[in-house]
Amino acid sequence: MVKKDLKIIVEDLNFFYGDLKALDGVNIQIPERKVTALIGPSGCGKSTFLRVLNRMNDLIPETRLEGKVLIDGYDIYADNIDVVELRKKIGMVFQKSNPFPKSIFDNVAYGPRVHGIKDRVRLAEIVEENLKRAALWDEVKDDLKRSAMELSGGQQQRLCIARALATEPEILLMDEPASALDPISTAKIEELIRELKERYTIVIVTHNMQQAARVSDYTAFFYLGKLIEFNRTEEIFTRPRKKQTEDYITGRFG
Amino acid sequence: MSARKYKERAIEGIFLSFALVSLVALFFIMLFLFQKGLPIFRVIGPLEFLFGKSWYPTYEPPEFGILPLIMGSLFITVGAILVAIPLGVTSAIYLAEIAHPWIREWVKPTIELLAGIPSVIYGFFGLIVLAPWIQDLFNLPTGLTALTASLLLGIMAAPTVISISEDALNSVPASYREASLALGATRWQTTIKVVLPAALSGISTACILGMARAIEETMAVLMVAGGATLIPTSFLQPVRPLTATIIAEMGEAIHGSPHFHALFAIGMVLFFITLGLNLLADFLTHRFKEAGSGTL
Repeated sequence: MVKKDLKIIVEDLNFFYGDLKALDGVNIQIPERKVTALIGPSGCGKSTFLRVLNRMNDLIPETRLEGKVLIDGYDIYADNIDVVELRKKIGMVFQKSNPFPKSIFDNVAYGPRVHGIKDRVRLAEIVEENLKRAALWDEVKDDLKRSAMELSGGQQQRLCIARALATEPEILLMDEPASALDPISTAKIEELIRELKERYTIVIVTHNMQQAARVSDYTAFFYLGKLIEFNRTEEIFTRPRKKQTEDYITGRFG
Repeated sequence: MSARKYKERAIEGIFLSFALVSLVALFFIMLFLFQKGLPIFRVIGPLEFLFGKSWYPTYEPPEFGILPLIMGSLFITVGAILVAIPLGVTSAIYLAEIAHPWIREWVKPTIELLAGIPSVIYGFFGLIVLAPWIQDLFNLPTGLTALTASLLLGIMAAPTVISISEDALNSVPASYREASLALGATRWQTTIKVVLPAALSGISTACILGMARAIEETMAVLMVAGGATLIPTSFLQPVRPLTATIIAEMGEAIHGSPHFHALFAIGMVLFFITLGLNLLADFLTHRFKEAGSGTL
């Protein structure tokens, strides 16, 4: 891998919730415009790691971070970093779909609006474009004024993806985006992820190892706060180098 | 049926009868109120009673028009809302969205304590502090005015508004805030554009209950509103609201006289106003629960 293809570089990362060390000496280099899956048993630190990348953990009191997190070469924990600008650049999709109790249109237009776009025509273009990217446009185009709460679970999650894409991020963080969905909706989300990597660097946390194998180019295996192994997905799943990785992916624990 | 089942039944029955006591009490209060209040309409028609412009119950012949009293209540209530809603809602936003958790832990119970202070104490505060201040400020013959009562009632209703609004803001799912912040919105944008709209039905309920609190308040308004039974044209005039009229005149009204029945009929009017407000509050609470979004 050439250095310029790396989007996110993490060096000697430790993360604490109070006295609890949730991440322990993590070093990882995440490539641009690829899908990187984070796998591991519950409580291994994979979600914490994901939330380190857009500083969502800032919201939790008494957390502490050591080490460096570089995105495009900039340390995102440096004093001069504007967290609001950072989060604009990094979209996030949560485990449980969380559309706002507003219309479909207003959900997608939310990000652009808070970033100062007021022009109605421009907003309408953005909404259409991103609903198309999230493969939801055909299902909702007739009634964008409908409340987002009326959509099905799978549609809501795709709406959340559209909403995240509407701020024109470069990175998309996904925290088990399909764990609450039925198989058909899951398949749609996975197909979408494969399409989106053309444009975005995607980091996805998943419990489901088949899903990691299906959608990702790289896979990172976390265990007890440590990054045990990070490699191309087919390597991880066919020739794991560490015993713990092999035990986990073959279902011996987890 | 086994002994255990009988015991279960018996316990259920005991709890049911206790629950029914309050319902039965409510029924008898209504019955009593209507029984004592309705006879006034043998002396005066309902419309004349509600919209009559003068209230001179002890004149000969007496006049029983309660429009001045209704207007007095209306002035004071509107004024109180104009004080209580901005004060209450901004305080609730501060407590729910901005204040450090330990500040909230101390301040919220303190504010709820304010709701428990006897209203006669508020009345004293109004008499001694607010009234002279208003008198000086506007150079009035008396400091006992609709404005004084509005300010005092606004302060009294604010704890209700704060407490219920804060609960409403707190019950907005954290996932909405996370989603908004993750999109690069600031905390302030998140509060105004996401949290507040999502809590609007609860906040509307809070405002309506605050309004009901202002309308039904008796002691404090009796002490500071001034007591003039004229139709007010400005907030700087003394007024006599519905509740204060009942308490001020009940002692002098002859039992069974038209004046006596008229005071109970005022009670009926108050009953319907507060019933209406409570139904409205209930409606607003439930209507937008599903969608998680709301009115005002």
